[in-house]
Amino acid sequence: MEKIPIIKVGDTLLVSIQTDLQDQVAMAMQSDLLSKIETTSARGVIIDISVVDIVDSFLGRVLSDTASMARIMNAVVVVVGIQPSVAITLVELGLELKQIPTALNVERGLLLLREKLGGSDGRADAAGSEALGGDEEIARNGHG
Amino acid sequence: MVTVSRSTRLSIANEIDLVRARQEVRVQAQALGFSLVDQTRITTAVSELIRNMMKYAGGGTMDLEAVRNGVRAGLRIICVDKGPGIPDIGLAMKEGYSTSNGLGYGLPGTKRLVDEFDIWSEVGKGTRVTISKWR
Repeated sequence: MEKIPIIKVGDTLLVSIQTDLQDQVAMAMQSDLLSKIETTSARGVIIDISVVDIVDSFLGRVLSDTASMARIMNAVVVVVGIQPSVAITLVELGLELKQIPTALNVERGLLLLREKLGGSDGRADAAGSEALGGDEEIARNGHG
Repeated sequence: MVTVSRSTRLSIANEIDLVRARQEVRVQAQALGFSLVDQTRITTAVSELIRNMMKYAGGGTMDLEAVRNGVRAGLRIICVDKGPGIPDIGLAMKEGYSTSNGLGYGLPGTKRLVDEFDIWSEVGKGTRVTISKWR
């Protein structure tokens, strides 16, 4: 069975889903991710689904359950990179994923995490406006 | 009148078949020139129907047909199972109703993704759902 790699970047875990997932692989990703949150004490998780071209009710539920489980473990999950066609289909299907924080791409996702987690540099209040600040802000924050 | 120009049958028993069915539908929808959004709609609808089939009947068959109605080309998918059947189709098609997991967007959600949706079911015999999407 294929396995989805989970990469640690600072205190954030990055999961990039690359394939049309079998259910088992999605479930394994969920438990691997929770284990990794435990072992690394990560506070933020980015799940990138930018190359996933279909999210049905099962995968939608896995993503939303994963976010809830991570939250109980004191970590924030942000799902990023949802394709327009996937967003349209999800809403028509009746699955709006309202309970999951989402962002356009990985960079925006990292900013959102920073905002949600308050940041260690005490600049949490500025995070909202930084989202409009572009690449320069991201680069600067990346070194913070 | 609707004519069938090509038909493929896949038997569905497990989640590997589900992934294969989705890929097959995507490829055919692409070949027929459906937009990316429509490809995604059809593929997602099929995924939902096959999940129902697996959940309630343990599997079944899926016929994937390239169809034509005059100048219009389309894709028709027929999912057939020999499961327990649906006692009350009206209830199953009601928004917010679901017998498992309480998700409540099963069949009505799937119906919204396609142009035509037809369901036949008989208790003890099985269920057949036919969906079509026109280009």
